[in-house]
Amino acid sequence: MENKYILETKNATKIYDSSGMVVRAVDDVSLHIKAGEFVGLVGPSGSGKTTMLAMLATLLRESEGNLIIDGQDLGEMSDKERTKFRRERIGFTFQSNNLVPYLTALENVELMLRLNKKSGKKSRELAKALLTRLGLEDRLNSLPSQLSGGQQQRVAIARSLIHDPSVVLADEPTASLDTERANQVVGIFADLIHEGNRAGIMVTHDLRMCKYVDKVVQMVDGKIAHIITDRAEINALANHSEFDAKPAAVATYPEPILLKKPTLRQSDLSPVITGD
Amino acid sequence: MSAYLSLKEIWRNKGRFFLFSLVIALIAILVLFTAGLGEGLASANKEYLEKLDANLLVFQEGTGYSTIESRLDYTKVKRISRVDGIADAGPIGFSNAEIYLGDDVAALDISFVGIEPGKPGLPAPIIGETIRSRQSKVVMIDERIADAANVSVGDYITIKSTQSTDDKYFDLRVVGITSGQQYFFQPSVFVSLPVWDKYRPKADPNISSSRPVTNIIAVQLENPADAEAMSTRIEAAVADIETTDIKTAYESSPGYSAQQSTLNTIKGFTFLIGALVIGGFFQIQTLQKVPQIGMLKAIGTPNKTVASAAIMQIIFVTVFGVAFGGAVVLGLALGLPSSVPIFFTGTSIGITVISLLLIGPLGGMVSIRLALKVEPLRALGM
Repeated sequence: MENKYILETKNATKIYDSSGMVVRAVDDVSLHIKAGEFVGLVGPSGSGKTTMLAMLATLLRESEGNLIIDGQDLGEMSDKERTKFRRERIGFTFQSNNLVPYLTALENVELMLRLNKKSGKKSRELAKALLTRLGLEDRLNSLPSQLSGGQQQRVAIARSLIHDPSVVLADEPTASLDTERANQVVGIFADLIHEGNRAGIMVTHDLRMCKYVDKVVQMVDGKIAHIITDRAEINALANHSEFDAKPAAVATYPEPILLKKPTLRQSDLSPVITGD
Repeated sequence: MSAYLSLKEIWRNKGRFFLFSLVIALIAILVLFTAGLGEGLASANKEYLEKLDANLLVFQEGTGYSTIESRLDYTKVKRISRVDGIADAGPIGFSNAEIYLGDDVAALDISFVGIEPGKPGLPAPIIGETIRSRQSKVVMIDERIADAANVSVGDYITIKSTQSTDDKYFDLRVVGITSGQQYFFQPSVFVSLPVWDKYRPKADPNISSSRPVTNIIAVQLENPADAEAMSTRIEAAVADIETTDIKTAYESSPGYSAQQSTLNTIKGFTFLIGALVIGGFFQIQTLQKVPQIGMLKAIGTPNKTVASAAIMQIIFVTVFGVAFGGAVVLGLALGLPSSVPIFFTGTSIGITVISLLLIGPLGGMVSIRLALKVEPLRALGM
């Protein structure tokens, strides 16, 4: 039977041994993500979600278990192969320091294609089209320092998708954005993951952003505590959450304590909608 | 890819990189000038000896190849000439004198050199003719004197010489002008040995000889490749002498090695400072770029690309700086008066420029190592 999952982890474990103190940062995590599925990885600080993301990004080797992307076991690759794999198959958006400061928005997106030895007019047009879709057609030649935080994150999203990766990873992409910008960025991100039939994982502390994901995985102490796939439950979580995901809080959320109800303005997403 | 990254960064930070290239240019100017000064001072010290048309020089024994200390009586010239394998030998006498240029004008210091016409020791003229007669009151002068005293062939110069306690003035006609003939930091005036002995500064003005005591004897060999064996043969044949090659002779001249080692130390330190400045700059720049390098690696940029982008920047900045500095030095060198003892030879410029180009990558080595060691996870604070 054909494997329908783009990304799989089987008992993935990361153990740190610091001065005799053994810490299982990621402990026996098994995950399956299909094409076109966007997963929110939540949990308190130190729960292992960033470590998990780093392992999936081939930036960190697992201590035990297997991580498989596109049928390839990451653990069996050499460092050089992992760098190549990361460049070709993975898209990554970071919390900050996402862009090369001396490259324009367009050049930053093109960079990913250049790294994959694709450059030229066609690549440029592709990058332009994606940035236009993200509402940045007027900022193509702006340097990162001339862009707002939200615009920078949208450029980073374009860069993480331009080379047609199988897996797209985002580490706290909304950490430095206000609510409006955060909704805008994650909304676009989700749309592009769904459209491209990619597997997407977003690490976030802001549970409100979960309304854009298809599955929520909550990690606590390196292990998976809950997995929510039901849309109604996900929406309930997103609409009744604090800013920080607390351990085991998913099932026992109290009364709504949102400071401000997040509203997604149609205008924020208009480039995505009209461009399609 | 690495060229793309490094050139884009330079282009978007033109001001910063230009300023840094300027620092390298200043270092290049300093090093090139020090090298030129070294050559110039060395040349001013040794020029005459270095260009001498001889294979060996003969000195009085035990004088440590010092042209000032050495004294050789005239009979030795004949005896040396008779040694088998000697093509020709010419005695040379050195003293210092001045050219009188008028009461209100400072006299021009010169090396007053006595030679035997037609023998080794007399350089070829570039203008006019050589000294042919032993008795004629004629001189050949270095072109620097021609420029400074504004004299040409056919004009007279007045040699001011202190004999006993009196300043004496002697008029001599210029028959030829030679090029690049300084000795002991002074341009040379060549006269025949009898004229030299008569007009040179001395204690007793009434004593002079047509066969005077000279300082050294320049020897031409039939087979210049045989210099070492001939040196031994001459020393065996003639008593109280020692022979050496020209290089050893000028290196033994007073102050030569001290002066050169001082300048080489300055040059060495300037190179070291250059390497440290370049190293420091790129180290600071790399430290500032750690998150950016981490991000580049995290999105799959190979280490090789990161390193070669850094190397390219260092090379670009160094080449630009050295070229800029070299051009400035060239411009200044062309405009400098001949009295400034700065002299550039192709070899010294070549060695200096190559060394300057090497200190860039050498200084930047530490920063490249740092860039290679950047851990994406740590750099991005993940």
